[in-house]
Amino acid sequence: MTKLRPTGEATPRTDPLVPGADTLSGRLRRAPENFLTADDIRQVGQGRRDFLRASFLAAAGATAAATLSGRAAAASPAGAGGDPDILNPTPWGSSLGLPVAANPYGLPSKHERGLVRRQSPGLTQVPAASVSFAPLQGLFGIITPSGLHFERHHQGWQDIDPTRHRLMVNGARPEFVKTPKVYTMDDIMRLPPVSRMHFIECGANTGMEWGNVAVPTVQYTHGMLSCSEFTGVPLRTLLEDCGADLKAAKFVLAEGGDGSSMTRTIPIELVLSGEVMVAYGQNGEMLRPENGYPLRLVVPGVQGVSWVKWLRRIEVGDRPYATKDEAVHYIDLMPDGQHRQYTSIQECKSVITSPSGGQTLLDKGYFTISGLAWSGRGAVKRVDVSVDGGINWTQATLQTPVLSKCLTRFTLPWNWDGRPALLQSRATDETGFVQPAYGQLRAVRGTRSIYHNNAIQTWQVAESGDVNNVQIL
Amino acid sequence: MSRSCKAALLASAIGAILGWTAPVLADGFANVGRPATPAEIKAWDIDVGPDFAGLPKGSGTVSRGMEIWEEKCASCHGTFGESNSVFNPLVGGTTADDIKTGHVAALKRTDFPARTTFMKVATVSTLYDYIRRAMPWNAPKSLSDDDVYAVLAYLLNLAEIVPDDYTLTDATIRDVQGRMPNRNGMTSAHALWPNSNPAGPDFPGSVAKPDTGNAACMTDCKPKAELASQLPDHARGAHGNIAAQNRIIGPVRGQRTGPDAAAADAPSPALALAEQSGCLSCHAVDTRVVGPSYSEIAARYRGKDSAEALVSKVKAGGDGVWGAVPMPPQTELSVDDAKTLVAWILSGAPQK
Ligand code: HEC
Ligand code: HEC
Repeated sequence: MTKLRPTGEATPRTDPLVPGADTLSGRLRRAPENFLTADDIRQVGQGRRDFLRASFLAAAGATAAATLSGRAAAASPAGAGGDPDILNPTPWGSSLGLPVAANPYGLPSKHERGLVRRQSPGLTQVPAASVSFAPLQGLFGIITPSGLHFERHHQGWQDIDPTRHRLMVNGARPEFVKTPKVYTMDDIMRLPPVSRMHFIECGANTGMEWGNVAVPTVQYTHGMLSCSEFTGVPLRTLLEDCGADLKAAKFVLAEGGDGSSMTRTIPIELVLSGEVMVAYGQNGEMLRPENGYPLRLVVPGVQGVSWVKWLRRIEVGDRPYATKDEAVHYIDLMPDGQHRQYTSIQECKSVITSPSGGQTLLDKGYFTISGLAWSGRGAVKRVDVSVDGGINWTQATLQTPVLSKCLTRFTLPWNWDGRPALLQSRATDETGFVQPAYGQLRAVRGTRSIYHNNAIQTWQVAESGDVNNVQIL
Repeated sequence: MSRSCKAALLASAIGAILGWTAPVLADGFANVGRPATPAEIKAWDIDVGPDFAGLPKGSGTVSRGMEIWEEKCASCHGTFGESNSVFNPLVGGTTADDIKTGHVAALKRTDFPARTTFMKVATVSTLYDYIRRAMPWNAPKSLSDDDVYAVLAYLLNLAEIVPDDYTLTDATIRDVQGRMPNRNGMTSAHALWPNSNPAGPDFPGSVAKPDTGNAACMTDCKPKAELASQLPDHARGAHGNIAAQNRIIGPVRGQRTGPDAAAADAPSPALALAEQSGCLSCHAVDTRVVGPSYSEIAARYRGKDSAEALVSKVKAGGDGVWGAVPMPPQTELSVDDAKTLVAWILSGAPQK
């Protein structure tokens, strides 16, 4: 597949198995590292990026059949009068396309198949108690496509028959709930719905990086993060419907209907605020099975493990439950040997997603630095970006909407002069809390924790245009 | 426009401004949901709290627990809870002194990376609750309450918290709590717990102040930016070909960090089916997990006409061919899928 064809032969438009394969299979040099010979790369390393343009020109001039990446072609309207993709008929412009409903449930373009959920090799022992990471490096805006939402399962995932799914609300003691009730999905979907956009972040997101840099790309450093519009019913509505004693209640226990029957303690304040909801909808359709179909808890601002999937029961109680995933895991080991229990809130954090680790900048010149910011304590107020490793900062633009406990997209225009750079982003939330540097966070929490790493991420841009994961204290 | 009409428009305009809503058409949610029956609550309300609320009556001995352990748990967690090569160890890292102090001393040591379950867990109720709801992993909720007592007694014995002749009961478990090695090892006094209404003395409640107080300095914030850590070389290629994990258009491309990952990017559909069907929780291609590795199976039946028999075996489950551990019946699996999987296994279970 990588075999080069003789110069001058028309480039076949094969379906690429690998993104980039179609630009790779022709006679041309592919962007960016593949269109450069080792010698070329050395020249770029010496700061000679301008020669790239010249080599595009040469390539385009060599033959009219040469297929350049759109960018390269646009940069070189020379040769035999211009860009062959303009001068010659394209297959898609000169043939009949596919009929409606060819994909009854639409799929992304085949050219996008590199952007998928992925596991981090060696992170977990078995795939049914594991994580897959969302490809943040390629996502736009703030909503995560449902099929790319990160996954964390403790005992595999199930595709539950929604007609047989039930939600029970009961009390730890009879006096806590006047009428313990059972709801079918029919019942829950009759209740007044709300739709809200919120981020969900696993408490262990960025957990591999507590001690040192460990993984290459933002998918693996920050990809246990997603954001959706959720539709459902405030849990408070259900508790009131059952006559729960909201004064005596201090906590609720949420329990899943899968094999793990995941259980987590939720403080009643969050429920009373109306924010916690029992959700069935995600981005306009039902939840995906991997995300808890047909019913999950949504606990805005709190780590993902509390958003119990396949939710089957809510128990109203007056003390925390010390369940396995709040007494053995999701506890934070501190330098003094004590564990913090019930760590829940995801504090203010941000990360640049483009350019980010494992990527290569195409050329010197204009780029938009773009990333995500979020806070479990409310809305993001501002994001500052540094290109010199935190010595000087510039305020980034926040794209709308800027919502509470939701991802916020920030951007900053940047002219890369071809010299090494250290990109960082630093978010501040509406409480005034400023995202910490690694040194500040480690001074309190040490390096042996797994959870709640919200330190400032650094991406190092090398002269070659390669972007790599590094840490600055 | 009549005067009353105007008034009505005005009223609705004000209503819209002030957020008034339409007249109430419903009061409460009639006919939504129904009371739960006592039997239903009993069936689902299985949580056991740190104060032992919800703990069922029952008992189990260490020796009975050992039988259950060897039959139903050891395949994944190791004969002594030290774990086989696959799972995290449950037992180890605690001392007699820890049982006295209630603090696991090894947790303070930076040269002691292991963190077993017993090094961390402060509450014995957690283990009872969890084993009853979720273990064995592949057959959750299949143990009787007494079996849970027994297998927990065995684990406590392995951790040297109770003697060999111990009987764990709904009464004695309360004494055990006083011997849990890390029983004093937890704190909930920190700002990451959104509880502003602490429930009592043993629950210190919230701390308003976050751990860190960074300032949004804008210029000349430090003399220079020093790298504290960089991606180790061995980690660069450990996540496949990053070029294939990025878009083919846009301002950037992924770095080529591995062989042309066409194949890695198109995993065999049978592999996906095996994963979906839960086979991979017990089988791996090259190593024994609970069941034999797929390469062992392929080797054993090479050149034999055994596909059909294996399809039935997969559907019906069984034991004795590879050892005493049974393979549970795969009732949800269609015959066609079973055939696909067996053909794939016999062809060496290729990943691509
Ligand atoms: C098929 C493999 C398998 C079998 C058999 C099995 N377990 Fe487990 N066990 C696991 C996995 C995987 C986990 C971690 C689950 C998770 O990630 O939430 C686990 C977790 C546990 C834990 C919690 C440990 C911790 O630190 O999180 C306990 C306790 C436990 N198992 C006890 C048992 C007992 C008792 C049995 C037998 C009755 C048993 N297991 C059988 C795979 C197994
Ligand atoms: C709970 C663990 C478990 C699961 C899940 C599981 N297996 Fe097995 N499997 C075993 C064990 C244990 C054996 C060995 C049985 C024996 O010794 O006869 C086995 C044996 C086999 C064999 C060889 C049978 C023989 O007689 O030599 C095949 C083939 C097989 N499994 C396929 C599958 C497939 C396909 C799936 C998924 C649909 C699957 N297994 C799921 C545990 C499991």
